[in-house]
Amino acid sequence: MNVFHYPQNDINTDLLFPGKYTYTCSTGPEIKEHLLEDLDSSFSGKVQPGDIIIAGENFGCGSSREHPSLGLKYVGVKAVIASSFARIFYRSAVNQGLLLIQSPDAVDYYTEGAPVAVDPAAGEVRVGDRIFSFPSLPDEMLEILRDGGLLNHIKKIQFARGDGA
Amino acid sequence: MGETFAIKILSRAAGKKVSEGEIVFVEPDYILTHDNSAAIIGKFESTVPGGRVRYPGRIAIVLDHVIPAASSTHAAGHKKVRDFVREQGITNFFDIGTGVCHQVMPEMGLVKPGSIVVGSDSHTCTYGAFNCFATGIDRTEAAGIWITGRTWFKVPETINIELTGGFNAGVSAKDLILTIVGDVGAGGANYMAIEFNGPAVGGLRISDRMTIANMGIEMGAKIAVFPANILTSKYFEALDIKITDAVWSDHDAEYARTLEYDLEEIIPVIACPHQVDNVVPVEDMAGMKIDQIFLGTCTNGRVEDLKTAADILRGQRIHSGVRMLVAPASREEYLKAMNMGIVQDLVSAGAVVLPPGCGPCLGAHQGALAPGEKCLSTANRNFKGRMGEKEAEIYLSSPETAAVSALTGKIRDPREVLK
Repeated sequence: MNVFHYPQNDINTDLLFPGKYTYTCSTGPEIKEHLLEDLDSSFSGKVQPGDIIIAGENFGCGSSREHPSLGLKYVGVKAVIASSFARIFYRSAVNQGLLLIQSPDAVDYYTEGAPVAVDPAAGEVRVGDRIFSFPSLPDEMLEILRDGGLLNHIKKIQFARGDGA
Repeated sequence: MGETFAIKILSRAAGKKVSEGEIVFVEPDYILTHDNSAAIIGKFESTVPGGRVRYPGRIAIVLDHVIPAASSTHAAGHKKVRDFVREQGITNFFDIGTGVCHQVMPEMGLVKPGSIVVGSDSHTCTYGAFNCFATGIDRTEAAGIWITGRTWFKVPETINIELTGGFNAGVSAKDLILTIVGDVGAGGANYMAIEFNGPAVGGLRISDRMTIANMGIEMGAKIAVFPANILTSKYFEALDIKITDAVWSDHDAEYARTLEYDLEEIIPVIACPHQVDNVVPVEDMAGMKIDQIFLGTCTNGRVEDLKTAADILRGQRIHSGVRMLVAPASREEYLKAMNMGIVQDLVSAGAVVLPPGCGPCLGAHQGALAPGEKCLSTANRNFKGRMGEKEAEIYLSSPETAAVSALTGKIRDPREVLK
């Protein structure tokens, strides 16, 4: 499992997915090719399911494009752990079913090469020899995350109600 | 204790008294999407195959980001959108050339004081200029709202920004909001609402308020909002819309923070690469050679901005070492500028006029930068790679600074010219 460490603050959506591709790439495989291209051009080739990203404050600021959250979910990133997240990105991650963990203490404690493990059910992240707890999402968002994103959540509700659209 | 704008408007929408931090479900008055509608249609159709949108009358679609289509892939996206709006009976569809979505939405009367609008574009917060609770969402959520008609919000805390005084010559709303972004920081208003209050608010034109509200997101804000006043009423009277639902905070509303700005103390500033909160006085950057100037966007592409530039450039030539691109924010603004002779002035001075739309702001077409080039832009973002090339540099300024710099091909303090 890889841990990608990007300690800087304010990593914006253009760094996570360049705007010039936003209207020509929309599927997981298309997005993967350019994911984090201007931040770390080696990311796309290295990332594996179960990997973790650790970053600073205001991760995902800028545009409302969902390619970063959709792409990270598609390549199987288990969680992004950051000191804080930008609002639209946070919301988008819930909509994609991507786990975000806001834990400035865990980010501060992390040193290059330290093992990192995430236990979403327990609300805990382990960094090296220490365990940090993170607050659970509000119920409304947790339900969306557990259903694997907003559209799966909507499908489930409509199926349960026997609705057409 | 009194209540903020955010508490009041979300209480009304939720049909109950709400408090900060609470999650509420609301049905937005409008859902805006643009070229990204093509991808949203894909999500909609895979979630509810053969389904109908819940409220066709609440959907607004503006093609503005890559117009006219830069490639057959873009063209196929536009075609998909045109077919979909016909099939679904979506009448608030505005095809290429109408303008940038954030200019078109108010022009078409789809943004009203006291309303709630979401858009799959981060600069949807622009409508705060019209006393609207307006914020950005992603494509997936837009598809979800097309299906269900509703979404959720966490009731935000509010930062109060008190404005006094008036601008000196050569200084404008863009300098104010860049100064504020520099002070608050790129994440300083994350998840929060921003209210603009104080005696100077009444003196800000609608175009100024739009420039300011537009950049609320550059501090992470959920909304950035102004009270409705006489200028707001006049704007909507011209559209034959009566304001009935305007909302504003109580005098004793409780704020997380209050910041005060005296407009007389604001000086021309510039946001340097590669962050919007990297703000310095223009005089510190004076003399730096630039390759391209871009006047336009949802931040500064209105007739007031074009006139500012034309007044500076009239009868003169843009420096041979720099190219200047101008994109009017909408067809309406373009026509106004034509009728006032502004387009004539800009083109005579050597500017290249682009169709009303987002132009080179997002780096997908029209005026992309070469490696190593520097662009002075009136847009709202200077992120690395934003204009299509990660080895290029983008500097953000007011229309005044952009226009005076066009004459020398170097960054220049507008107060040298405007006195």
